Amino acid sequence: MARLDSMNEKEQKFILSVPCPTYDTQPWVEGPSLSKRRVAIITTGGLHKRGDRPFTFDPGDLYRIIPGDIEANDLAISHVSTNFDHSAFQQDWNVLFPIDRLNELAKDGTIGSVADYHYSFMGATDPTQMESEARELAKILKKDKVDALLLLPV
Amino acid sequence: MISLIREHTEKMKPPRALWVPFELGRPMGAPNNVQFQMKVLLGALNLLEEKEGPILIDFGEEDPTVEGTITNLVCPVNFAQKDEDLSDTEKLINTVKAEMNSLRPWYDEAIKKRGRTTVGVSGIELDGLIDFIAAFFDGGLPENPKEDIALPLVLNFATDDLKAFYFEAITIQPGQKSPSGQVLEDWFWGETKAGKMFLKLKESLKGSEDGLIQAVARIMIVPSSQAYRKKEL
Repeated sequence: MARLDSMNEKEQKFILSVPCPTYDTQPWVEGPSLSKRRVAIITTGGLHKRGDRPFTFDPGDLYRIIPGDIEANDLAISHVSTNFDHSAFQQDWNVLFPIDRLNELAKDGTIGSVADYHYSFMGATDPTQMESEARELAKILKKDKVDALLLLPV
Repeated sequence: MISLIREHTEKMKPPRALWVPFELGRPMGAPNNVQFQMKVLLGALNLLEEKEGPILIDFGEEDPTVEGTITNLVCPVNFAQKDEDLSDTEKLINTVKAEMNSLRPWYDEAIKKRGRTTVGVSGIELDGLIDFIAAFFDGGLPENPKEDIALPLVLNFATDDLKAFYFEAITIQPGQKSPSGQVLEDWFWGETKAGKMFLKLKESLKGSEDGLIQAVARIMIVPSSQAYRKKEL
């Protein structure tokens, strides 16, 4: 369980020592109702298309594009960390990339639509290094008319 | 967003977050539980309808299908070694190959049932995985099969591929519903020869002069929760 009391002392210490960025303001934006929203997934799970280059620590190597119509067998994971469970994703891709669930919600009208493209970062990277790419990606998402993001950690 | 570490989310204060009590690597809960995943997903998406924030809400429900205590995972056969001329490491590597062969029918069944596999990121064929990994013992450096990726990272991907092979194979076996990640981790690191090989490899790589290999050895092969098992070598 991702609760500190279920981890050993060493893991707890590490988790609590991870630097987290803080912000001077807490922006708040409202939008249309859920049934009109266009939803994209952003995961920090180090997911990518099978043929893509795996994640590295090379400067600027920060995210991968996952098309919404990707087949399950074409989604791979190359996250550098061995300290989270990979077995659930191996059994069901929806655990890290709930695209089937989103498509079901779009079909029954709970959400407006699912975006054509989704995005994956590798969460082991220092978040402050990702800022410029994150801002760039926000512009691309706007062009794709995305107005709801589902952010998923590992 | 979904939050797995509540303490981090409390510090960063994102506009809308749903904290879930699941294991790291399982932000949507257990595999193959459509109803439960939908509940988690709607819990997060419905935060979009909130009018004031930042909001951090707890999803206070464990996935009822996850079994955190059962250990009826079948341990692969422990093959006797006859060749006295081999070193202990070579004997261990041969046992891992035999163990992998014994799991192969289940891995093939897993691909058939699921229509997918996550094995293959290293680009190394299954039959060559163990030899590639084993070549790193005692300071060895095999040829890099990937031109655009540093060799130590290819080693990391190869170890991930081998772990994925084991987990995909064991989780398709009958007699278990949905083992937790912890149950599977304890099985791999406590009972399989591949786990032993990785623990031994970690110790061997620590002496490398290559900084990236040292980093792979330190943090990328053995989970920190299983590092204590080096005493069992």
